[in-house]
Amino acid sequence: MDFMTTDVLIVGAGAAGMYASISAAKSGAKVILIDKSLISRGGATVMAQMTVAAAIGHQEADHWTHHLADTINSGRGLCNENLSYLLCKDAPEKILEMRDWKTDWANDDGQIRQVMAPGHNVKRCCYVDFLNTGPAVARTLRGEVARQSNINRVSGVTIIDLKVRDGKAVGAIGLNNETGEFVAIGAKAIVLAAGGLTQLFQRNSASKNMGGDSHALALRAGANLMDMEFVQFFPIGHLAPRLVGMDPIMWDPFRYKLGGHLLNNKGEHFIESYGGADGEAYTVGRDLASYAIIKECEAGRGSPNGGAWLSFQHLARNELETAFGPIIQKLFENNIDLTKQAIEVAPIAHYHMGGIEVDSTMETKISGLFAAGECVGGANGANRLSGNAIPEAFVFGDIAGQSAGSHKDVKRNFTPIDGEKMLSTTFDQLYKQSSNKTVSSEMTSRKLLSKLQNIMWTQVGVLRNKEDLHDALLNIQEIQNDMFPKIQPSPGTTFNPSLMDWLDLRNSLLSAEAICLAANGREESRGAHQMEDIPTTIDSFMKNQIVSLSSGQLTTIWKPVQRIKLNLGERCQIKF
Amino acid sequence: MSDKVLKKRGKHQPTTLLNIFRGTDASNTKFQTFEVPFQSGASVLDALIWANENLDQSLSFRYSCINANACKECMMLVDGEVEYACLKRLEKQVMRLEPLPNKKLIVDLVTDIVPPKEKFLTTT
Ligand SMILES: Cc1cc2nc3c(=O)[nH]c(=O)nc-3n(C[C@H](O)[C@H](O)[C@H](O)COP(=O)(O)OP(=O)(O)OC[C@H]3O[C@@H](n4cnc5c(N)ncnc54)[C@H](O)[C@@H]3O)c2cc1C
Ligand code: FES
Repeated sequence: MDFMTTDVLIVGAGAAGMYASISAAKSGAKVILIDKSLISRGGATVMAQMTVAAAIGHQEADHWTHHLADTINSGRGLCNENLSYLLCKDAPEKILEMRDWKTDWANDDGQIRQVMAPGHNVKRCCYVDFLNTGPAVARTLRGEVARQSNINRVSGVTIIDLKVRDGKAVGAIGLNNETGEFVAIGAKAIVLAAGGLTQLFQRNSASKNMGGDSHALALRAGANLMDMEFVQFFPIGHLAPRLVGMDPIMWDPFRYKLGGHLLNNKGEHFIESYGGADGEAYTVGRDLASYAIIKECEAGRGSPNGGAWLSFQHLARNELETAFGPIIQKLFENNIDLTKQAIEVAPIAHYHMGGIEVDSTMETKISGLFAAGECVGGANGANRLSGNAIPEAFVFGDIAGQSAGSHKDVKRNFTPIDGEKMLSTTFDQLYKQSSNKTVSSEMTSRKLLSKLQNIMWTQVGVLRNKEDLHDALLNIQEIQNDMFPKIQPSPGTTFNPSLMDWLDLRNSLLSAEAICLAANGREESRGAHQMEDIPTTIDSFMKNQIVSLSSGQLTTIWKPVQRIKLNLGERCQIKF
Repeated sequence: MSDKVLKKRGKHQPTTLLNIFRGTDASNTKFQTFEVPFQSGASVLDALIWANENLDQSLSFRYSCINANACKECMMLVDGEVEYACLKRLEKQVMRLEPLPNKKLIVDLVTDIVPPKEKFLTTT
């Protein structure tokens, strides 16, 4: 039987999971770090191309309290300020630690270059040239992980369910993708770091592995989620012509450096008519830009594929080449000449502010179950500042790893769950759902995943309204209750996409339902949650919405926002 | 965005024939042909994802990042050359897809690319 035991199990090996594994290992724990794809390659981290915000003050005087003020402002009243505080306070030391581990932050004689980004009050955002931040970060951490002798790395195992005994996390079961066999891991503490859920939306910047596994695993284990309604849409995702080999959010750095013109199909600048400014400097907020593009499309002034035009045609080739060297060449290979043509852009799902509810040690409601990275809710409230996600993954990964590594059960002689028993009950539970139902040959998990993405995009997307949200919930429940049970994955074969898709769908349905339920509950517009029929922000909704699962039903309750008392001085006259 | 470029399929839209290696071991393999819509600029990976959804859910290939060419999982032989499926453009002709020749075959286009130190090994 395939069974392993460890002190700390870490699920997901992006920036958060890798950082957590290093910190847990340094605290003396035996660690297993597992990814359904390959260590360091499967999620958002390796795809990030832009910047990491941290108040290191290498370009301008800065202090983490200023970063915190900006983060809380941007969060529109909903940040769990204890988490925002940790993010901003610890980010600088993580950037420098990464430098010690040989991340090549762009610098001038050791002074790390930092650039401005919307919502930050000073030049705070570090990067690795050219558009190479994520790959560089992933490589650094992969190297550090490999240097720790007590980390056991496992690629190609999908964690299917966490096991909880008497309110305490004790292990997990997974699918070994290559062999098609189920495996069990007994653990004294677990860190969930399996990333975000933007793959749930038809237009997205996500990898295949970002369909909400973290959230579904947490819910089924008994942990709470919070702020699930807050999905950040990136306004100018690449839409057309088809561009291969490039991250679809690549136009953001172009706009930072070069401005560029955002135009409708009449060639008009339109951001201004929605109250934004779109001059040569790129300052318009993400929510306003998304709103304006959608509205132009609705009015029949969108680009042919349903977006807006982004043009750099007013710039000379050498200006473009100085700013983006090799990238301009890559665009040429895609038959795109920016001096001669505009490209089409549109909003895409890009980041999720909501996620698993944790305390300041990153522990969930379930003892010994921790979470880290994008799957944690709270630090960014209703709207994330650009550049805040990677430091969030570093800082929360580090804290979760330390907390898990020093958890009381790791330090004592605690017996994690019996693997054999764990596996046999899982088989039963997993397949019971589909065993005595008629199996449809037409319907496949992949088709239902597409259907789900379509519902989420058209009814729970950038601009929401009560009626659509209500319908979406019914539509998702219909897939969940009527269609999903008719699908029978075939277990036991090697690298079996029908089984892997089925497992993805099982999680995606639950996570999508959680988003939808929360979106239905928030009857106001705030940050990334924009309701067309209730355009105002309502004070009485300045609270966090908690989603939990009990007896198979998702339920929500409201909790007051966690504030901290810090004397942040002048800058922190926080306005909402 | 894996936006379903390939699905916007007009009546007379040209197609590409993908001749794909199928099977798990040398004795039991074959090439199977899939007809997928041709869309200018689309990648071979776009076409494989389309085929998986619309033609055969058991077709196996590896990928994660879809667009960014960051995960490096989608390597395979395209017309005899080692390529990233997400970078290689679909062509308006027959294309032959095979697993990497220097790696152990798992199934279809999937080979064993997991580093030996990252395998699931039973410890107890
Ligand atoms: C294209 C793109 C560009 C971005 N650019 C920036 C930027 O410039 N600056 C910034 O601050 N942020 C950026 N972000 C956001 C940021 O990259 C992410 O929030 C951050 O990297 C998340 O790290 P993570 O470790 O939490 O998750 P990830 O890096 O997504 O890692 C999660 C891992 O978990 C694995 N996994 C998932 N499910 C399972 C399972 N069931 N079992 C086992 N393993 C599983 C996945 O394969 C993956 O490897 C960007 C995001 C994207 C998508
Ligand atoms: S799919 Fe990631 S490199 Fe091709």
